[in-house]
Amino acid sequence: MTSDVPALVALRRSPVAARRLLVFTCFLVTAVTLTPIVMMVLVAFQSDAESMAARPSFWPGSWHPENIGRAFDLVPLGRYLLNTVFFAGGTALLETVTAALAAYAFARLRFRGRSVLFGVYLTTLMIPSQVTLIPQFILVAKLHGVDTWPGMILPHAFTALGVFLLRQFFLGVPRDYEEAARLDGANRWQTFIRVIVPLAIPAIATLAVFKFISQWNNLLWPLVISNSDSTRTAAVGLQVFQSTNGTQWNLLLMAAAITTVPLILLFFLTQRWFVKGITMSGLGGR
Amino acid sequence: MAVETPAAATAAPRRTPRGPLRGPRFGRNGSETLAAWLFLLPSLAGFLIFTAGPVVAAGVISLLDWNLFSPPHFTGLDNFARLGPDTTFWSALGNTAYFTFVSVPLTLLVSLGLALLLNQGLRRMAVFRSLLLLPYATITVAVAFVWVWLYIPHDGLINAVLGVFGIDGPAWLISDDWAMPALILMSVWKSFGFGMVIFLAGLQAIPQQLYEAARVDGASPWRTFRAVTLPLLSPSVFFTVVTSIIGSFQVFDQALVMTDGGPGSSTTTLVMYIYRTGFQNYEQGYAAAQSMVLFAFIVVITAAQFLLQRRLVHYDI
Repeated sequence: MTSDVPALVALRRSPVAARRLLVFTCFLVTAVTLTPIVMMVLVAFQSDAESMAARPSFWPGSWHPENIGRAFDLVPLGRYLLNTVFFAGGTALLETVTAALAAYAFARLRFRGRSVLFGVYLTTLMIPSQVTLIPQFILVAKLHGVDTWPGMILPHAFTALGVFLLRQFFLGVPRDYEEAARLDGANRWQTFIRVIVPLAIPAIATLAVFKFISQWNNLLWPLVISNSDSTRTAAVGLQVFQSTNGTQWNLLLMAAAITTVPLILLFFLTQRWFVKGITMSGLGGR
Repeated sequence: MAVETPAAATAAPRRTPRGPLRGPRFGRNGSETLAAWLFLLPSLAGFLIFTAGPVVAAGVISLLDWNLFSPPHFTGLDNFARLGPDTTFWSALGNTAYFTFVSVPLTLLVSLGLALLLNQGLRRMAVFRSLLLLPYATITVAVAFVWVWLYIPHDGLINAVLGVFGIDGPAWLISDDWAMPALILMSVWKSFGFGMVIFLAGLQAIPQQLYEAARVDGASPWRTFRAVTLPLLSPSVFFTVVTSIIGSFQVFDQALVMTDGGPGSSTTTLVMYIYRTGFQNYEQGYAAAQSMVLFAFIVVITAAQFLLQRRLVHYDI
């Protein structure tokens, strides 16, 4: 399936034919890959009768754009989306700010116990989130944080991953810039804010985008901690939608599409950083 | 910024050079230590309260009988003893292992194949890369619903396509034997983009001279792949395998939506069982014990992989 593909054999004989075959293969693979996403949108615009018929149809017999409004009416989908932006955005913001501060200390400042502490951070990278799920839930419940924004956001905003990634980046920043700033009389805080942070904007943006997308995907924590519409996220909202309108394929998939599309748009806008985030980290949520 | 290879991202952190930076205002070490702790404070407080603390607490809670409403009782290792005769737990563990050891190799093959394909003409292939990454940028819960629709028995899209080739498709999600393969297929589709991006980055980092040398030596494409591409890509492969296995062991979202653990308990995963024990039966102690077992499995498997990597992974270029 790799270097033995006929395309490569042909490549040496006829570059034009090879190129065409290559592009055709890419087209085919991409078409198959995108089918589920395309179907989600197509079914979302079908009429009720068509989408609930015994034999599903693959192309809408008639288009029903009013399904968008109906999906928003059945459950407070707009509210859920706003909550998701709050949840993912709040987590990403808090994580990047605190991680940048800590990463600077680990990368640039000398203090007793630095390597031990960093080692402790690193060891937590391998611990599955389900291990901390129950104690985190109990902690949040005892502090009356169930169904509140701090209870939703705080437990996921202090991961070792952010500190690790930004520290790696800070280590690569030449020290001369800081030296110059210090000779000009800047203190550590000013050096950090005026020199390090501006240089690290791409790395910080990468972490923020990646964190935002991974939290948008988070189902388990919001499922456990939010129990009303005031904090319910879109991922959990879809569960509610399913239990109340289970067989209404057109509205169910419309709700799914409405939940997914903002993220896909965000992905296209921030693709550079998103890809870098994958490459830099091991956050391969499934 | 410099794109790091996954190998670098997972390698041991470099020691910072100890060059003393003593500008006019940076005399005493005391002020540096104080500054360091001030910078660390927000992150460290959150980390201790919400990550490190809960890890220790999970160990303690696993020794308790606790439903959150009445005071906890210390029961020692009773929760772990309960796991022995708990057939649902063992089948959940088996299902999770089945899912992991089929979906990870499949995902790896698809990721690698597509990365090699895109790498043939990457400059003009950027649009394909973006489109192929789309499934990874979707929400598991949302696309799980679409897959339920695709898997509709008899007349669903997947079985309709199989029918074109004269294959009588199975009942997928409502069949004991086919529900798990259906979950695996969906998961491969959802997650191959992650590995694909990492492999593409790894392929870009391979020096072209090596391919030139292989060509001069008259190596066949397959031989070149075996002798050049695969060894030099091995750190990326290792990294992807480790993270994918850790991720797969935590499979939950798609199983919850697509099968709810059924038919019977044929797709009940470990995380789903932990969730039900802790948040539907309110047996927090027992759920914590189960999560410790999950953790132990992940540690053992990851450690085994690190031992294997010494023989299979090449970090020297």
